[in-house]
Amino acid sequence: MTQHPLIRVKDLNVHIDGHHILKNINISIPDKSVTSIIGPSGCGKTTLLKTFNRLLDDTANVTVSGSVLVDDEDIYAPEAEVTHIRKKMGLLSQRPYPLPMSIYDNVAYGPRIHGTRDKSTLDSIVEKQLKDTGLWDEVKDRLHGPANRLSIGQQQRLCLARGLAVKPEIILGDESTSALDPVSTHTIEDLFVRLKAQYTIVLVTHILRQARRISDYIVFVYMGEIVEFGPTDEVLLHPKEELTRQYVKGFIS
Amino acid sequence: MNFRIVKDKLIANVMLILSISSVSFVFLIGIGLYLRAAPLFEEHTLLSLFRGSNWAPSKNQFGFYPFIMGTLSVTLIAIVVALPLCLLTAIYLTEYAKPGIRKVMLPLMNILAGIPPVIYGVWGIFFVVPIVREYIAPQFMEYSSGYTVLTGGVVLAVMIFPILVSIVSEVLSTIPKELKDASLSLGATKWETIKKVVVKRARPGIVAAMVLAVSRAFGETIAVLMVCGNVPVAPTSVFDGGYPLPALIANNFGEMMSIPLYDSALMFAALLLFVIIFLFNLISRIILNRIEHKYSS
Repeated sequence: MTQHPLIRVKDLNVHIDGHHILKNINISIPDKSVTSIIGPSGCGKTTLLKTFNRLLDDTANVTVSGSVLVDDEDIYAPEAEVTHIRKKMGLLSQRPYPLPMSIYDNVAYGPRIHGTRDKSTLDSIVEKQLKDTGLWDEVKDRLHGPANRLSIGQQQRLCLARGLAVKPEIILGDESTSALDPVSTHTIEDLFVRLKAQYTIVLVTHILRQARRISDYIVFVYMGEIVEFGPTDEVLLHPKEELTRQYVKGFIS
Repeated sequence: MNFRIVKDKLIANVMLILSISSVSFVFLIGIGLYLRAAPLFEEHTLLSLFRGSNWAPSKNQFGFYPFIMGTLSVTLIAIVVALPLCLLTAIYLTEYAKPGIRKVMLPLMNILAGIPPVIYGVWGIFFVVPIVREYIAPQFMEYSSGYTVLTGGVVLAVMIFPILVSIVSEVLSTIPKELKDASLSLGATKWETIKKVVVKRARPGIVAAMVLAVSRAFGETIAVLMVCGNVPVAPTSVFDGGYPLPALIANNFGEMMSIPLYDSALMFAALLLFVIIFLFNLISRIILNRIEHKYSS
């Protein structure tokens, strides 16, 4: 464990196609807790999340300045190695995107890429991750069947299991429940709450109630700037800023 | 009021009839070819036509084996040469190339598709034939004229290149970015992602592109005819000449028709080509369904 919080952002500015998407972002994400990034559509919350594992690299016309420190390592430093950084974080996107292979191979994909070949090791990783995400009993009889036959909620849990299989320290969720039915949403939310004992979790959400249900901290982003950051109750119930109050009350969205 | 509804129904029916008749051309052509080839079957068994390797119409010897092998080998060489190159080109264009390069390259590729086959034939004679004769063949054997199935295959590969690249690029660009992100976020490199996820997901599309390209290659006549030697002997190496079915028909139809059964034999060649393409499409359709069934989403 490092002394500092795992994720620290310093003077981060992001331009895409000449637009100033993120402006002077400074924040330290608290370890082993759930932090939700909230804000209206197009405010830059997903972009902020993507800067954490350099997923903006492949987008055209992006310039990033400032630094994002993960484990005291500046991930935007020229010598930083991107695959090593991404391995530290599991990403859960809006819709589940199972890889075009079997359930087993989906979970084993990450470990295999990072050099695990031994079958019994892979077996135990797959079993553990599927159990951790509550999927094991549902899929243990068809591990080698295609992943896209699963229901969408199961697929999303599979994607989480796949992310956890590379032993990350951080879980990033980009509106991870927005395509799911209420029951699956509930399952995923429960998982996040359970997993925060071991992982630092950062979620992007536009559902305020969800942020209230599961997060310990809230970051409110508006027009590319962090307006307010603090413990959930404080931000949602006693906001310091007028903008936050208006957003929480539903006056702006 | 009523008239509008009548018109609506009329148009639907007219279009139905037109679609049926266009599809029925396939069968009409098949039946027509069979009827014209039928006299040949009175004197020869189907098996002897397939397996016979002597081609001497004036002696009533019609062995199609050399032509079948000629067609298959030229096409096989073409696809073996073209497919890896096309895959890499398409991957480069969709995943790595800057938008500017892509904008220039794809239209250029389409110009390549529009060049008439006879020009490819001439290019083959002046460019590919000497290269095969002077540089490639001498590495493996004493002498080759340069007019070989390899030459035909290479010329054909260049001809099917644009269609393969443009379809495969199209297919690759439909792969959702989030799927690639999912792989990247697990720490995979770009190349690992392309190899294990993008290409795998695109496989049905790649197979479909290949089917189209191969179907075109089977029927390509003039360019192949100009460069692959046209000797009616089944090729035993890539440096032998070959004589594909379309070339046989194009070279001989309308000549020496006084020879009995010659006309039927050429019709049988056409029928064979027809059946080969038909079977090929059928088989690849089955393969395609299997792949799609396995990992579609």
